[in-house]
Amino acid sequence: MTNEPVLLARINKANSEKLEGYRQDGGYQTFEKVLKEKSPIDVITQVKDSGLRGRGGAGFPTGLKWTFLPKDHPGPIYLCINADESEPCTFNNRILMEKDPHQVLEGIMFACYAIRSQTAYFYIRYEYGHAYRILQKAIDELYSAGLLGKNILGSNFSLDIFLHRGAGAYICGEETGLIESLEGKRAWPRIKPPFPAIEGAFRKPTIVNNVETLACVTHIMRKGNDWFKSIGVPPDPKNPRDAGSYGPKLYCLSGHVNETGCWEIPMGITARQLIEQYGKGVPNNRKVKAIIPGGLSMGFMTESELDTPLDFNGPGKVGCLGLGTAAVTVIDDQTSMIDVLHNICQFYAHESCGQCTPCREGTGWMLKITDRLRRGQGRQEDLDILVEVADRIGIMPGTTICGLSDGAGWPVKNAIRKFRAEFEDAIRTGRRSNLKSLTMAGAH
Amino acid sequence: MSFLSETIRKQIEAYIPRYPSKQAVTLPALHIVHDELRYVPKEAIEEIAEMLDLAPSEVYDTMTFYQFFREKHNPLGKTRLWVCRSLACHLRGADKLLDHFCDKLRIHPGETTKDGKITLEFAECIGACEGAPCVLINDEHRLNISHEKADQLINELTK
Ligand SMILES: Cc1cc2nc3c(=O)[nH]c(=O)nc-3n(C[C@H](O)[C@H](O)[C@H](O)COP(=O)(O)O)c2cc1C
Ligand code: SF4
Ligand code: FES
Repeated sequence: MTNEPVLLARINKANSEKLEGYRQDGGYQTFEKVLKEKSPIDVITQVKDSGLRGRGGAGFPTGLKWTFLPKDHPGPIYLCINADESEPCTFNNRILMEKDPHQVLEGIMFACYAIRSQTAYFYIRYEYGHAYRILQKAIDELYSAGLLGKNILGSNFSLDIFLHRGAGAYICGEETGLIESLEGKRAWPRIKPPFPAIEGAFRKPTIVNNVETLACVTHIMRKGNDWFKSIGVPPDPKNPRDAGSYGPKLYCLSGHVNETGCWEIPMGITARQLIEQYGKGVPNNRKVKAIIPGGLSMGFMTESELDTPLDFNGPGKVGCLGLGTAAVTVIDDQTSMIDVLHNICQFYAHESCGQCTPCREGTGWMLKITDRLRRGQGRQEDLDILVEVADRIGIMPGTTICGLSDGAGWPVKNAIRKFRAEFEDAIRTGRRSNLKSLTMAGAH
Repeated sequence: MSFLSETIRKQIEAYIPRYPSKQAVTLPALHIVHDELRYVPKEAIEEIAEMLDLAPSEVYDTMTFYQFFREKHNPLGKTRLWVCRSLACHLRGADKLLDHFCDKLRIHPGETTKDGKITLEFAECIGACEGAPCVLINDEHRLNISHEKADQLINELTK
């Protein structure tokens, strides 16, 4: 029973994105029932007790976040749906929105009912044009069916959902960057506190949740907490701070595997199982050299670490930043870690919003140094400089406003610690990268 | 006489009731103009600012932050073609694919073909990594782009 998919159950059906089919499969029945029979507090309590943790990268308990809103606030309170999905190698939100948008929208309706929000801003990256158009149609269907708008189904509950398109910037995925961008300003993340629950969009209390998190809310309300908690990994009794890793998760798999894709799997599958059972192994009889476990920001696991479970705790135990987005990318043993690290540094240098000097300059330095290594012009001391820079940028060392720079530093630290011999060898022999385009003119 | 057409102004105005502040309409307005004209001229910035009770510099500030919107000296071609260069695509030949597009189109990343049909740019992860290497045609994905498929795509876009 526990392996029966729910999030991806409908994606291969014809017209899976239409309201009619969604309703035939039981969609919105639970919402109608909740609207009649349950109070907003009941919904918050249920989501809190389910153990659901945010799927956007940080794993923060969803119900708990909702309780941070000020009590008896006169409103408005906003929900922002984070569909910026820009963490490289991650694409599960896109599949949910394109193939089964109504389960996401129903989750938004539960969330807004729970937090007493009448306006939801659905912030979607510009690159997801297809998903944007599908969602707009789905929202239009809901207005026509009387499921959105004023006094939904004769209740006191009113809700509008507005799509808001981004403009190609990774930093808009950071929740306060998203809010600034929504407000029509530069997407410069805000200093916290105040957290968005206290002062968010338009200076009002705001909850920011990821698309997959909200889709999970739909199924929790429909199938109950016993069902949700029967899936995944319970809290580690030896770790009093662990909130567990319950529920299904969408794992993305890309890079050097025979089959790439996105699968719904109970939390806690190991990286090796994912690669072998779902990815059908590494092509060309090669071996795994490294993987990233959940988007670039999480760092690397080595081949010998592949038996680590991909739950909220696992990756941290082998020195990664965390589970992140559970987007696994496989790097085979013929690939240079120097090229990989350079590619990663290039991403962060491009996407730093530039607001904090340590991040803006640090990501630039790390790119320059990895570029030097790639050209066979590296010096032994470069490795220590890289680690020193990586160690000093981020919220954790307390030098920057947002977590982008922690994520920029982590893969650098992991790469040098776990693959130091390869880096040293390349420096000693002056080996150049064999990529054709060593220089790439800047654009976009 | 305003620079922006009546249709565009109406489209922008329709966004205003959605938000508690007019400034929030900045990005939607820039998208509307940019999609239509393929760049955002100074005149449009001034009129957007006027419609949203902002200073033109505020609109310009937001606009330039994204490095997404083109200005008059550098408009987009008919199709904006983004070639993803992030890790999943990089591992599956994105660099060679971008080189291939450059060779075939005889332009560098950031440039537009002489006939104005294609603007080629690289992009960071476009969220279709299962189909690496992949590209974005304006705002729609195309997956698993071999060099052969790249050539077909060029034919399709330059027809
Ligand atoms: C640099 C950066 C980028 C982020 N990008 C995303 C993103 O694209 N999508 C997302 O849901 N969360 C992203 N996050 C996490 C959000 O800040 C936030 O924690 C999340 O949207 C909360 O939703 P959840 O509790 O449902 O996971 C990012 C965080 C950082 C620091
Ligand atoms: S850490 Fe980097 S991305 Fe985050 S606010 Fe500072 S400069 Fe911007
Ligand atoms: S890395 Fe190219 S689409 Fe994600």
